[in-house]
Amino acid sequence: MEFNFTEDQRLLQETVRDFLAGECPVEFVRGQWETETGRSPEFWAKLTEIGVPGLLVAEEHGGLGMNEIDFVLVLEEIGRAGLAEPVVPTAVVGVPLLRECGDDGFAKEWLAKIAAGEAIVAVGQPASPLVPEAHVADLLILRSGDALHAVPRAAARLTAQPSNDPSQRLFTVEFDAAGARVLARGADADRLEAAALDRGALACAAQQLGACDRLIAMSVDYTSQRKQFGVPIGSFQAVKHHLANLKVALEYARSHVERAAHSVAHGARTRSTDVSMAKIAAGQAALDAAEVSLQVHGALGYTWEQDLHVWMRRAWTLDLAWGSTAWHRARLQEALFDGGLPAESFGFSPRA
Amino acid sequence: MELTYTPEQEAFRKEARTWLEANAPREKLPSFDTKEGFEAHREWEKKLHAGGFAMVPWPVEYGGRGANLLEWLIFEEEYYRAGAPGRVNQNGIFLLGPTIMEVGTPEQKKRFLPKMASSEEVWAQGWSEPNAGSDMANIQATAIKDGDHFVINGQKTWASRGAFAHWLFGMFRSDPDSSRHKGLTFILVPLDTPGITVRPIEKLNHKKAFAEVFFDDARVPIENQLGEEGKGWDVAMATAGFERGLMLRSPARFQDTARKLVELYKQTVASGVYVAPELRDTVARCWMDAEAYTLNTYQTVSRLLAGGKIGAEASLNKIFWSELDLKMHDTALKLLGHRAELLPGAPAAGDVGEWLDGYIFALAGPIYAGTNEIQRNIIAERILGMPRK
Repeated sequence: MEFNFTEDQRLLQETVRDFLAGECPVEFVRGQWETETGRSPEFWAKLTEIGVPGLLVAEEHGGLGMNEIDFVLVLEEIGRAGLAEPVVPTAVVGVPLLRECGDDGFAKEWLAKIAAGEAIVAVGQPASPLVPEAHVADLLILRSGDALHAVPRAAARLTAQPSNDPSQRLFTVEFDAAGARVLARGADADRLEAAALDRGALACAAQQLGACDRLIAMSVDYTSQRKQFGVPIGSFQAVKHHLANLKVALEYARSHVERAAHSVAHGARTRSTDVSMAKIAAGQAALDAAEVSLQVHGALGYTWEQDLHVWMRRAWTLDLAWGSTAWHRARLQEALFDGGLPAESFGFSPRA
Repeated sequence: MELTYTPEQEAFRKEARTWLEANAPREKLPSFDTKEGFEAHREWEKKLHAGGFAMVPWPVEYGGRGANLLEWLIFEEEYYRAGAPGRVNQNGIFLLGPTIMEVGTPEQKKRFLPKMASSEEVWAQGWSEPNAGSDMANIQATAIKDGDHFVINGQKTWASRGAFAHWLFGMFRSDPDSSRHKGLTFILVPLDTPGITVRPIEKLNHKKAFAEVFFDDARVPIENQLGEEGKGWDVAMATAGFERGLMLRSPARFQDTARKLVELYKQTVASGVYVAPELRDTVARCWMDAEAYTLNTYQTVSRLLAGGKIGAEASLNKIFWSELDLKMHDTALKLLGHRAELLPGAPAAGDVGEWLDGYIFALAGPIYAGTNEIQRNIIAERILGMPRK
């Protein structure tokens, strides 16, 4: 029993944090709001240099051969930076989905491309009709009927669905299932889709931690500078207690996220329940942080110019991706009360 | 990251489970807030001590078992699983014990720890005074040296189980010209010292267990000083963030309550009485928060075992467990409906378990061990770095 990250894992996190601080300042994020695709192939090439797209790809296919425990720390940094490049659908969800689909030849080809930074993947979500970043994807993995299909972008008809968060681009997608490659059917498709949902939700939760932490940091900074009645407003207890509450929520959400990463990486029988708890806790922490940060920034936070809303909007839209907080709450309740998915008290009973 | 137990840890769990199953009282003991219950709990502690389980993480020579903090977590899980009694000497074993371990002289360790581990001597805490609550540095009770004794005058209050305890630990102003955090000395006081009057205070639960303690020229030997003279504040704070934040409330306690709450919810729904729909989510959230507290504690223990320290983040714990405990009990009372206003013996109460007592007890959580307002100030100032003024 050792509930800690290794020094190597922490080092990876720091590397990514430093990289993003240099390459993805808020000016870059806001700059992407204004471009046609919102995405940057140059930036994707830089992410590839530090191995992010291929983090979960086996070394034999050109990846880093790491697991979700390593990845959550990277995703927390991505959330802190407010980066919305398609890391989640490609590297967190797409890679394991291809790896586990059973079509090894097809998987191998795409995994190598992903690790080399040459392919982006978009994935349909069971709980939402919206497919993020479908416009830049080389391959779309979409459900139709009882099958999961692999669809090249050229064969898909995209309808843009402009988002309240300009960092992301959303689409609804139609395709002709009859002519599309089938990755899995029936129970296999369900299993893959369930795993994809858990990975996507875990990835959102980790980003929500980063976004929450960033919002707290911005609020601490601002309230320490801003003076009213001759003193920094951050010296007032009403303001302090607001931010202290966020810190409490953040740190306990972090425990859920890190445990869920372990459960996903090891295929624990409690995986889905653990992920739901992570998504609920981190999602709520980030949403609370968005609301409180706006409050303590006052009218200044209510402007388009102030950067606060970059992370507020991330908090709002990450909450809806890969199962909203409400969806995960319902799933947790079923597990606890209706004999749904397994839910176990950590530690309490010796685990198999 | 490795979230499974080693075979040694599993073996220890089994040993603790077997012992507790064979020895934990089948019937609930009377409340340790009564004289009768206090003594019954001391008897239980004696048995626990004889079984070698009284203080799992303490060194063997002081009545412990020399285990590490992870094994302590496992023991606590088994302890609550077995429904074993509350720890009557918790102020001693969880708060003072670790402090003596850290700053006590070898003689003090030998003198105090074994009798604390066996609950032969039960300790009360003497921090608060009528004018030193949240503002603890405003302590006014004095302990002035006279030869080889301190002469203590003044008043302490809100000493839990002070009505029955044998000893009291607290901070006293040893330098009468000092103020605030300076000039305080940490002293261990036998409550049968002439000049000490213990006056029980009736608590919200209608029981006379905590007490105010009056000192009128009470003479206490200077060897009962813990740590340096005038450095009482540092002694108190050195361990305040450490095992206090960790050990006072182990996660198993809240997991146990959360599991009972889930059961109560299911039973209530099955019984067909009206259950407000939002309680479904509230109960699930309580269970999830108890898990979060557990996971967080395992992380803290892992960090400590790797050589880390706990500092101000103990304040995060205090807020989280105290508010969770209150939320769980409040939710249980909502589920009990009209039965929530009946005392457990009332004919129409049915099996209301310990929810009402637990609720009354949980109400104190956000107040004792430093109010949650003070904890929030600590988080804002010491963890987030917000301006004090």
